[in-house]
Amino acid sequence: MAQKTISLLKGIVFIVCLIPAVLLFYNAFTDNLGANPVEEITLETGTWALRFLVLTLVITPLRKISGWQLLIRFRRMLGLYVFFYACLHFLTFIWFDHFFELDEMIKDVVKRPFITMGFTAFVLLIPLAVTSTNKMIKRLGGKRWQQLHRLIYIVPVFVVVHYLWKVKADIQAPVIYGVIFAILIFYRVWYRYSTRLK
Amino acid sequence: MLIKKPDDIVPSEITDKKTYLNRRQFLQEAGLYAAAGAGSLLLPVSAQAAVTHNKNGLYKDIATGPYATNEKLTSYKDITSYNNFYEFGTQKQAPKFMAEKFVTKPWSITVEGECDKSGVYNLEDFLKPADLEERIYRLRCVEAWSMVIPWIGFPLHTMLKKFQPNSKAKYVLFETLHDPKQMPGQKRAVLDWPYVEGLRIDEAMHPLTIMAVGLYGEQLPNQNGAPLRLMAPWKYGFKNIKSIVKIHFTEKMPVSSWMKSASSEYGFYANVNPNVDHPRWSQARERRIGEDGFFSKKRKTLMFNGYGEQVASLYNGMDLSKNF
Repeated sequence: MAQKTISLLKGIVFIVCLIPAVLLFYNAFTDNLGANPVEEITLETGTWALRFLVLTLVITPLRKISGWQLLIRFRRMLGLYVFFYACLHFLTFIWFDHFFELDEMIKDVVKRPFITMGFTAFVLLIPLAVTSTNKMIKRLGGKRWQQLHRLIYIVPVFVVVHYLWKVKADIQAPVIYGVIFAILIFYRVWYRYSTRLK
Repeated sequence: MLIKKPDDIVPSEITDKKTYLNRRQFLQEAGLYAAAGAGSLLLPVSAQAAVTHNKNGLYKDIATGPYATNEKLTSYKDITSYNNFYEFGTQKQAPKFMAEKFVTKPWSITVEGECDKSGVYNLEDFLKPADLEERIYRLRCVEAWSMVIPWIGFPLHTMLKKFQPNSKAKYVLFETLHDPKQMPGQKRAVLDWPYVEGLRIDEAMHPLTIMAVGLYGEQLPNQNGAPLRLMAPWKYGFKNIKSIVKIHFTEKMPVSSWMKSASSEYGFYANVNPNVDHPRWSQARERRIGEDGFFSKKRKTLMFNGYGEQVASLYNGMDLSKNF
């Protein structure tokens, strides 16, 4: 496919991925987020980070199964959107929940296991986002870069536990995400194993 | 093929539901105003206060009872669109829509256990206007948000005394309707249905504790626990069981649905207590719905939700971090 077409496609995907955030901002300013807007923003930004994490991890299996090599060109952008929505999620926590009171925040992160989990996942995403540029790949060297970026496989563990420990009684949603992540990780293990046998 | 029936009634000719439901009040009011003229000036002050909350509601003439807080009321919209009522779905917005067709008439309550007047009672028997009053209470949810709600109801003790509990009645157990056809949330075992809650008999008989049958001068909306729900304002919201069909006097402490679901997180008492955190989050602060938004800090939660003067003595000598 021509570089021009790919650039255009990338532009479209970029804008589409931004829509949830734009809608959220719009609804926040027009008072359309229901009775508890802060809770709604927290839930929405967290859920979108989770969805983009699924999409990011879907790219490789989908590429291998479909043979559609083009997909790899979108992986970095999707990964950065995980970080973008995670940042919004974290910002909601420090701003609206704690009003930037550092000591209260630290207490929460240490004392509340579900926040500890979410915070760990967020921290793990930072080096991945920082080293996502072409320059950084070159600087680190392909192999080391790849090793570092395997961190993305343990992020879902923290994220799902974060979600699971947050809900009160209805564990349906976190369990469904857990199963999806398990399948995506299992596929990679299976693929490695089966290609090595050949 | 799509066959569309012609509309023979234009939408503007249809009376909207609210006006329709209030047709009796409309007629009554029209008559009242015609007859009494400036009669409203003669109403007691408290009754006037109640009237201002809803001029057209079913319970428009109900006087405001004791213990009213003068804090800003949470809006009717927020109170009726942000509900934890898992029988109608676990999303807060769900009950408003899922409970729309919930049938609450006729409604009977089974009374059993340690009392002399057990049996099946009709809800209508408890809705005499003379027994009803408005109670403006704070509501603190275990999820760290709160509201101020003008309930219409009657003190629970006036109801319970009619059943003549005996000396073995140490606790009162309440049960919500179990009807998965009407309550789709019950099709999934999120909790052990039916929802069960309980109070110690002295808590149940306390003058603060009411059975609510309305809010904002109107009949209780389905999503808020119609037709009959408990309201003990010094306890977390989940304690205040909705759509009650059974009252059981018992010698043994009841095991509530949330205790069964997670006994380390939800105890029998569930008193609002800023010093005893939920194992997973802090209870020190709360967000007042409609007020504490993006640019204001969450407010401090008060011991017993601010009703300590009335209820603290019920728990004298008890370790509240153990009896949470």
